[in-house]
Amino acid sequence: MAGQKVAQDTGDLVLNRVSKFYGDFRAVDDLSLTIPDGSFFALLGPSGCGKTTTLRMIAGLEEPTSGTINIGNTDITTQKPYRRNVNTVFQNYALFPHLTIFENVAFGLRRRGIKDVKSEVDKALALVELGHLAERKPSQLSGGQQQRIAVARAIVNKPEVLLLDEPLGALDLKLRRQMQIELKRIQIEVGITFIHVTHDQEEAMTMADTIAVMNQGKIEQLGSATELYESPKTAFVANFLGQCNLIKAKVQSRVGGKAVVSAKGLNFEIPLTRVSTDSDSILMGIRPEKLRLDDNGINSIKDCVVTDRSFVGTSTQYLVRTPWDLELVVFEQNDEGLHDLRVGDKVSLEWDPEHTFGLDGSQDVNAGADLDDDE
Amino acid sequence: MTILDLPRPSFSHRTSRWISRNLIRIYAVLAFIYLFIPVAYTFVFSFNDSGKSNLVWQGFTLDNWRNPCGAPQVCTAVVNSLQIGLISTVLATILGTMIAFAIGRHKFKGRSSTNLLIFLPMATPEVVLGASLLAMFLNLRINPGFWTIVIAHVMFCISFVVVTVKARIASLDPRLEQAAMDLYANERETFRYVTLPLVMPGIAGAALLAFSLSFDDFIITNFNSGIESTFPKFVYVSAARGIPAQANVIGSAMFFIALIIVIVGQAVSRRRGRK
Amino acid sequence: MAFLHTATSSATGPRSGLRSRSWTPYLLLAPGLIWLITFFIFPILSLASTSTMVRPDGAQIGTYVQEFRLANYIDAFQANQEQYIRSFVYAGIATILALAIAYPLAYMIAFKSGKYRNILLVLVVAPFFTSFLLRTVAWTQILGDEGPIVQTLKLLPFVGDSMRLTSTPFAVVSGLTYNFLPFMTLPLYASLERIDPRTLEAAGDLYANGLTTFRKVTVPLSMPGVVAGTLLTFIPAAGDYVNAAILGSPSTKMIGNVIESRFFAVVDYPTAAALSFTLMATILILVTLYIRRSGTDELV
Repeated sequence: MAGQKVAQDTGDLVLNRVSKFYGDFRAVDDLSLTIPDGSFFALLGPSGCGKTTTLRMIAGLEEPTSGTINIGNTDITTQKPYRRNVNTVFQNYALFPHLTIFENVAFGLRRRGIKDVKSEVDKALALVELGHLAERKPSQLSGGQQQRIAVARAIVNKPEVLLLDEPLGALDLKLRRQMQIELKRIQIEVGITFIHVTHDQEEAMTMADTIAVMNQGKIEQLGSATELYESPKTAFVANFLGQCNLIKAKVQSRVGGKAVVSAKGLNFEIPLTRVSTDSDSILMGIRPEKLRLDDNGINSIKDCVVTDRSFVGTSTQYLVRTPWDLELVVFEQNDEGLHDLRVGDKVSLEWDPEHTFGLDGSQDVNAGADLDDDE
Repeated sequence: MTILDLPRPSFSHRTSRWISRNLIRIYAVLAFIYLFIPVAYTFVFSFNDSGKSNLVWQGFTLDNWRNPCGAPQVCTAVVNSLQIGLISTVLATILGTMIAFAIGRHKFKGRSSTNLLIFLPMATPEVVLGASLLAMFLNLRINPGFWTIVIAHVMFCISFVVVTVKARIASLDPRLEQAAMDLYANERETFRYVTLPLVMPGIAGAALLAFSLSFDDFIITNFNSGIESTFPKFVYVSAARGIPAQANVIGSAMFFIALIIVIVGQAVSRRRGRK
Repeated sequence: MAFLHTATSSATGPRSGLRSRSWTPYLLLAPGLIWLITFFIFPILSLASTSTMVRPDGAQIGTYVQEFRLANYIDAFQANQEQYIRSFVYAGIATILALAIAYPLAYMIAFKSGKYRNILLVLVVAPFFTSFLLRTVAWTQILGDEGPIVQTLKLLPFVGDSMRLTSTPFAVVSGLTYNFLPFMTLPLYASLERIDPRTLEAAGDLYANGLTTFRKVTVPLSMPGVVAGTLLTFIPAAGDYVNAAILGSPSTKMIGNVIESRFFAVVDYPTAAALSFTLMATILILVTLYIRRSGTDELV
């Protein structure tokens, strides 16, 4: 029996209050999400945050404990995976070892009863530029080639949504960069919704139109790479994407579009639009590359000391200790105006208010920082 | 001092170093010789011009190989063993594979009891297996014969099939089956196009194992065969007077056939992995 | 629209996600398990019941009456104590010898065989394609009085003319050792093969010489194989009677021989049954103690 004809339905992918519990453990907790048709979407987060579970529920390999999943007008929440118009690129590729590359790519087409598979398979293989390997077996291909075949095998079925479960994890750095560009190109060319799960924030920021940062089964923040990076709403997001300096401070006033906050006797200015909490206790955040080693800005801290310095080619990274023994990270671009400081030098820091953001002060300053990669 | 001036180790020194480094390989050669002595003996004496009693070398002849059924009981016994082996293998492989799939791919209550039940026959001495089965047949007034042998063989082969196939199933990446379902194969199609082909080598191995266990079995067969003859039973019974050389022919032939099957099987799987 | 659904996998965490209808596994299990229950469990129970039967006085040979006579066990044991103990001694010696012979062989194939590994594995199993009985009978010829070994030994000054190898305990134990060698070698090989050679290199890096590395790293890591191999050898060897029958004499009878003769020659089913159970019980006890000491719980 050929696989049932799958309901064709264009439309956005909507997750509505989806939860997945394993006993007491909440893998996914009341998650609601709308992914626009045709976008490249990333689910980003550390291992165990629920991103893979969410993906599997969209694929149909896990069933939600509660909530619904819809594509357009079709409720796919309880549909078996072989009834959904959704395909997955698995983390270890999961190519069928006993079939040739051709048969691997043709698998989905055959199950749906499509007679002429050759032209479709050839097109898919051409898309990933591996048509010459059609008669080989997966074990004869390199990791990068297997990965591209896995993509071809999924795409050839023209799904509504293509799910990618950390597909680039096993590749070395150079190949990974190449594949990131490749996947982006393919997505634009075929116009399918891509949902990419990863723990690598650089990867997510490079490839995705929209990123959802997940932590402990919930979405911390949803937005474009720029939004998430420049205007994080939680300490977790601030620390997870790139590096961040967070300083505990108290709001003194909110007047004329500006918030004045104080920390250790010093006053700082933050535009009110960039403060994401009503509470008076906040964490003031500045990205390391926004800090300048001068003392004539609106926001500044004088009398600091350089405690560490690393030259990494494009920039020099300093650790600078404030008079109250807090260590801040500063990146200085390697161009003119280079300060070239040494350990022990006295220095002042300054930055623009527009580069500051204010987060709720009750959060853990270290949330999302230094999480081990799970490989 | 150049390197040419350094004293070279003496011949005896080098020899003793070579020996100590290769000691284990030398040992292995000796061990293999030990393993093959009776096989070689059997093979050599299959050429003995012996008449009924194959105890003393009397002369070389190819007659035994040309006419392996010259001693009539030999062929009856072999044919019986082959028939029993075939039927038992088919039954044991089917039953055992089903159990292996149940254990390996499903959740159910009583899993540990099932594992124990599978393990017990392998841990029970053959005397006990054979004697108990015979006792039951006698109590039920069933005369031992061809079919009681088959029943007994299936019984003790099932466990071995389960263990072999279960191991193969366990080594299967479950994500392959998930990928199949993701690619529009329902449960039946997933089993047919992905699971079964990948488990097949394990099933084939289990079948071969079952056949060789059945063909070569003596103790359990002896208890449950009545007057029916099998090859091992024939050899045992004729051991006192001298086994006809034709039995040696059969034994040697089995050896070579099995050897060829294994070598061919290895070559095929290597070729399949490479292609 | 909220949709409530009971969780399928609970404490075990995420499984493969494949759910099966709840009666499929039972359907799969049923035929095989029924076969085993009918032709293994019932017979064992039947044997248990036979073991307490008694032949009434004056009744025909082969007829028995259930009297729950537990003394059958004591009688059987006392009458055959010698063979009983001998079986375990022979099996024990054979197991130790098999271990001594097989371990270096398995070691060599696991670590020093290079590209010949698969061929060597086949060669370990190959002799056993010849019928086990033919091989054992071959040993009677090879160890026979006219055979090369005895003839050579008789050349030695301290060997008498009446020296023989067949029909001796030596022959029986050698037969047992030989016949169960692959059962010992293959699990040993499997266990040794799993050892990452870099572990051994690390030991060397940490100042262990070859012998110490072997003692402290290789041997402990190969223990699962040793346990499996010794069990697979000892259990069948203890109950064997073929080797004793072909290579031995009446004075080397093992408990297997006694059970067989009680069944067929003397037609004394209760004794045979009692002996069988005693054998099984002893093996089970020994095996349990052994496993508990070596700490391997996953056998199947």
